[in-house]
Amino acid sequence: MTIAGLYNYWIVILLMMTGFYVVISSGNLVKKIIGLNLFQASVFILYISIGKIANGHVPILQDGVSHYSNPLPHVLILTAIVVGVSTTALGLALVVRIRESYGSVEEEEIHRQDESL
Amino acid sequence: MINGQLPALQVVVPLIAAALCLVLSRPGAAWLITFAASVVSMLVSLLMLEEVLQSGVIDYAFGGWAAPFGIAYRVDIVNAYVLMIVSTISTVVSVFARVSVASEIETHNQGFFYTAWLLCLTGLLGIAITGDAFNLFVFLEISSLSSYVLIAMGSDRRALTAAYQYLIMGTIGATFILIGVGLLYALTGTLNMLDLAARLPEVADSRTARTGFAFLTVGLGLKIALFPLHLWLPNAYAYAPSAVSAFLAATATKVAVYVLLRFVFSVFGVEFALGAMPLALGLAVLGSIAVLSASTVAIFQQNLKRMLAYSSVAQVGYLALGVSLATPAGLTATLLHLFNHALMKGALFVALGCIAWRIGSSRLEDFAGLGYRMPWTMGVFVVGGLSLIGIPLTAGFISKWYLVLAALDKGWWPVTVVIIAGSLLAVIYIWRVVESAYLADPPAQTAKAEAPASMLIPAWLLAIANLYFGSHTDLSVGIAARAAAGLFGAAP
Repeated sequence: MTIAGLYNYWIVILLMMTGFYVVISSGNLVKKIIGLNLFQASVFILYISIGKIANGHVPILQDGVSHYSNPLPHVLILTAIVVGVSTTALGLALVVRIRESYGSVEEEEIHRQDESL
Repeated sequence: MINGQLPALQVVVPLIAAALCLVLSRPGAAWLITFAASVVSMLVSLLMLEEVLQSGVIDYAFGGWAAPFGIAYRVDIVNAYVLMIVSTISTVVSVFARVSVASEIETHNQGFFYTAWLLCLTGLLGIAITGDAFNLFVFLEISSLSSYVLIAMGSDRRALTAAYQYLIMGTIGATFILIGVGLLYALTGTLNMLDLAARLPEVADSRTARTGFAFLTVGLGLKIALFPLHLWLPNAYAYAPSAVSAFLAATATKVAVYVLLRFVFSVFGVEFALGAMPLALGLAVLGSIAVLSASTVAIFQQNLKRMLAYSSVAQVGYLALGVSLATPAGLTATLLHLFNHALMKGALFVALGCIAWRIGSSRLEDFAGLGYRMPWTMGVFVVGGLSLIGIPLTAGFISKWYLVLAALDKGWWPVTVVIIAGSLLAVIYIWRVVESAYLADPPAQTAKAEAPASMLIPAWLLAIANLYFGSHTDLSVGIAARAAAGLFGAAP
């Protein structure tokens, strides 16, 4: 496999590290959630890339086709996307509540108020 | 007929009960449903445990689809044992929860609270019963998402930030697990744990297998709260509602440890996971640091829920040490400590919940004279504390005894020293509370003011269980030893 042939995987690594870096480095609670989203999205692409089979067709039974792409990773990732959406929704809901009680979504400001975070 | 459906009922009953809770949403009704569903889960898990001990592994194909295509549930002694721990703790703590939750959570939120509780129970039971690696991830997220909600319901505003922090770290952990499972799937083309165990040895010497293993263990390390990945735990347990602290402290990390055991021993196999990979050394070092550092930090906590939370991090260290020994004796000690720690932390957090209900605080300075004002509650705390230290005739002694024996058997005397040092540190942090409650000058008003019976009875049940399993070891040690032998002997 050439470097270009692994294009998907390079993107996965790039996205994963970008998302992870945003989660760690950003002091803004909303941006952290966005970073988390990127991080999860990279894993979705990883799974979907695994499902592709060289010269494989769309996994719908038809005459004259012997190689099909693997549909299972797609199904798995549909579930994982649902999980990701729920996590984002819950995370953002928590941020709203934090904003209501601290008046800020900045980590430093919240830490200054009562040492949490 | 119904017996054949037990594995499905184990998960489906709390799941449907959660939906019912949401629809009814009246606090009393929601509590009743939660309690009833917990009792049914407990009965189901006990029946399964008995069946497994009598006649071996139960296989269950969901929806009648055979294993590689459908999702298989597979209950062996280890699963049944963990299921029993989770559902029993949920039952006992839910009795305590009725009054505690009524005082800590606004009436219109109580229905949602119990819904989240039942979903969390569903997730934890699902993790412990499933034989499918991806299904495990889904249940992990069900339990995690609902536990974020439960923690955020704490009355202090810091509960929100604690839940947020847990959400970020927990999601990273779960996503790591997802990556690990994905890499294993890419390598073997299966998600069924039995098939994974059969196909992995051929391809174990590949970078993909090693990377997948690394992602899984780091992700699980976050969920277990293994030092230094424990940062989410102290705040989460400290600011969660009392009942939630008791429930999660006794179950959540235990289930995550079970998953680690399942992957290390059943899926990857001991030779790969603890031989070819440096996991044993990593667990031994991190476990030792966890025991020593978290116990030391616990000594300096003024908030006692936080103190117990740090103590939980230390207990995870003991569990990790038992695994790192890579011997059946060490594994027996870990499994035994899973159960015993659930009993002692359950008792301690429930006792703190009673105190918080009565005096509205869990800070050490408010404990002066509490030994006379709430003698029964403090009695539970003392029994739980003794068990946590590992005094003979309590459950904590048994598991530490087995752990020390296993370490000596292997010739790892530094681990023995760490275990004993950790116990001595536990003496200090428990003694601070006892001293304050019994010996400090009590404030002027010292009339007796106990918690209500519905809180004291579950607290004493847990305390008595600590004493019972400290002197009657046949049952707990017997099951743990058989479970350990099963993990060492064969595939899942």
